[in-house]
Amino acid sequence: MALTSTAGRATETSSVARPGRVSSPRRRRRFTLTPYLFLLPGVVIFVVAIIWPAVSAFQMSLYHWNVFNAQLSQWSGIDNYLTAFKDPHFWQSLANSAIYMVATVIPQMVIGLFIALLLKKKSPVQPLFRVLFYLPVVTSWVVVSLLFKFLFDDSGLINFTLHDFLHLMNSDVSWLADRWSALVVICLLGIWKGIGWSMMIYLAALQGVPESLEEAAEMDGANRWQRFRAVTIPAINPATVFISVMLVIGGLNVFTSVQLITGGGPVGQTDVVLTYMYTQAFNFSDFGYASTLAVILAVFVFILAMLQLRILRTRDGEELA
Amino acid sequence: MTALAPRASRRRRSAGWPAATTLRYAALIVGAIVMVTPFLYMLSTSFQSQAYVLTIPPQFIPNPATTGNYTAAIGTENFLLYFVNSLIVAVISTAGSVLLSSMMAYSFARFAFRGKEAIFRLLLAGLTIPAVMLLIPQFILARNLHLLDSLGGLIFFYIAGSLSLNTFLMRGFFASIPGELDQAMQVDGANSWTRYWRLAIPLAKPAIAVATIFTFLNSWDEYPIALTMINNSDNATLPLAIANFQGQHATQWGLVFAASLIAVIPVLIVFLVFQRYFVQGLTSGAVKG
Repeated sequence: MALTSTAGRATETSSVARPGRVSSPRRRRRFTLTPYLFLLPGVVIFVVAIIWPAVSAFQMSLYHWNVFNAQLSQWSGIDNYLTAFKDPHFWQSLANSAIYMVATVIPQMVIGLFIALLLKKKSPVQPLFRVLFYLPVVTSWVVVSLLFKFLFDDSGLINFTLHDFLHLMNSDVSWLADRWSALVVICLLGIWKGIGWSMMIYLAALQGVPESLEEAAEMDGANRWQRFRAVTIPAINPATVFISVMLVIGGLNVFTSVQLITGGGPVGQTDVVLTYMYTQAFNFSDFGYASTLAVILAVFVFILAMLQLRILRTRDGEELA
Repeated sequence: MTALAPRASRRRRSAGWPAATTLRYAALIVGAIVMVTPFLYMLSTSFQSQAYVLTIPPQFIPNPATTGNYTAAIGTENFLLYFVNSLIVAVISTAGSVLLSSMMAYSFARFAFRGKEAIFRLLLAGLTIPAVMLLIPQFILARNLHLLDSLGGLIFFYIAGSLSLNTFLMRGFFASIPGELDQAMQVDGANSWTRYWRLAIPLAKPAIAVATIFTFLNSWDEYPIALTMINNSDNATLPLAIANFQGQHATQWGLVFAASLIAVIPVLIVFLVFQRYFVQGLTSGAVKG
C-alpha cells in the first residue's frame, strides 16, 4: 500500500467545500490553477535535475560519447550493451552488487524489526536506546567506511579480538586483501549502519497496530508467536513493503563504502556496478559505456521494486480477504 | 476498550515480568554495545598520538591522552572552511527541500486536478531511480549550467534528490489532517496559501521534523555527487574533505577520526532536537500511506 497508494484520497475535501457557495466561472478557473502553482517549483527542479538526467543517461548509453564535444559523439545503438554483456568484469561487479543486496537487506529487516519489538514498550530508557541504535544511521558513509577500514586493518581491533584475545583464528586475516573477506567487511558495515533505520520505521509502524486486535487474539487463546504472526505481521505490512523496497534500491546502489574501503580492489575483484561505472566514467572518460552500466542497473532496480510491490501487496490482500 | 481484557492480560504479563524484562534488556544492551563500540574506539583513537595507534594490544583508554589531533584537525587544511561549506549546503538544501516538497504534498493532499495521478507517479518513480546512475548526466548538466565546483550546484542537486521522499512522507500526513479545518478557514475567506502556511504547516510539525532529519542528514553526509562536482578544494564539503584527508595521511587515523567526530556533531544535534517527533511523523507518513 505504502508506495503505490494513489494520490486521490483527499480529493473529496476540496469538492465538499464547494457546494455551499456559488462558484462563478472565474472562481472555478482560479481554483484549478492553484494546485499547479503549488507543484510548479518542485516539479520544475525535479524534472530538470532528475528526470532529464535519467532520460539522457539512457540516450548517452546509445552513443560512443565524446566527453570533450558532445556533438561529435557517434551513434552506436546497442553496441555498449553488447560490450557490457561480454564484459566479465561487469558481470562480476553485478554479482558483487547482488551479493551485497541479498546479504544486507534481510538481516537489516529482521534485526531492525526485532529491536523495534523490544523497544515498543514505553520506558524511561527507550529514547536512549533509540538514539544509540540510530547513531550509525546519522553518521556519514565516509566516516563509517573509514572506521571499518580501520577496525579491519591487518593490525586492527577485529584481528586482535579474534586472534590474540579470543583465539578463534590461528593468525591475523588480511580482510581487505581477498574478494570474499572484503565483501564480508563491506556487508557487515551495510548491516550495522542500516539496522537503526529499519528499526525506526518499524517502531513507527508498531505504534499503529491496534491494541484491541492483539487483545482479541489473546482472548481467543493465541500465544505470543501466533499473535505476532496473525496480528502484528499483517498490520505492519505497509512498513515492510516500504523498507524492503528502499533497502533493495539502496543495496544495489552501494558505492561509497566500496570506493573507500577497497576501492574495488584487490584488482577490481570487489568492484560493484557503481564503482565500476565510476571508474569507466571518471578515470577512463568513457561516459557512454558508464551510462550503459548505470542504465542496466537501473532496469534491475526497477524490475525488483515492481516485483516486490506485487508480491508483498498480493500477500497483504490475501490476508485481508 | 473493554475493562476486563486489559486487566486479565496485565495480571498474566506481570507474572512473567522480571525474566522477560531482564532478557529484553540483555538483548538491547548487547545490541547497543555492538552499535556503539566502534564509535567509542574511534573516540579513543582520536585522543591518541600517532605512536599509539594500531599497536598490539590496542589501547582503549588513551594513555597518554592528547587533544593534539583535534587542534591539528581544526588548525590545518581549511577544516573550518569545509565545516562552514557543509553547514551552508545542508541548511539551505534542507530548508529549500522541505518548503518545496511540503507545497507539493499539500497540493496532492488537498486538491483534485487533472494530471494529479500522473505527476504523483512521476515523483514516486524518482524514488526508484538510483542516485548514482544520474551522476554522469548531472555532471554534464552542472557543467552546462556553470554549477560545477560550486556550493550552489550541490544545493540544487541535493534539493532535487530529496523531493520525492519528502513529498511522499508529508502527503500522507497532510491527508490525515481533518478536512473540516481547511473548509472552516476557506469559509472565513482564507486563500489556499494562507491555509497551507498557517494551518497545514503548523499541524504537520512531526512530518516536517522527519523530512528535516532525512534531508539534513543526506545533504550533510552526501559523498558521490560532491566527489564528481567539486574539484576546487575551497568548495569541498566535510565528507569529501575527510575522504581526501585519509587518502593523503593514510596512517594518521587519530587525525582522521578527530575530524570525523567533529563532523558527526551537527547531525547528532539535528537528530536529537527533532527526534521526539520522529516516530509520530513517520507513523502517518510512510507506513500508513
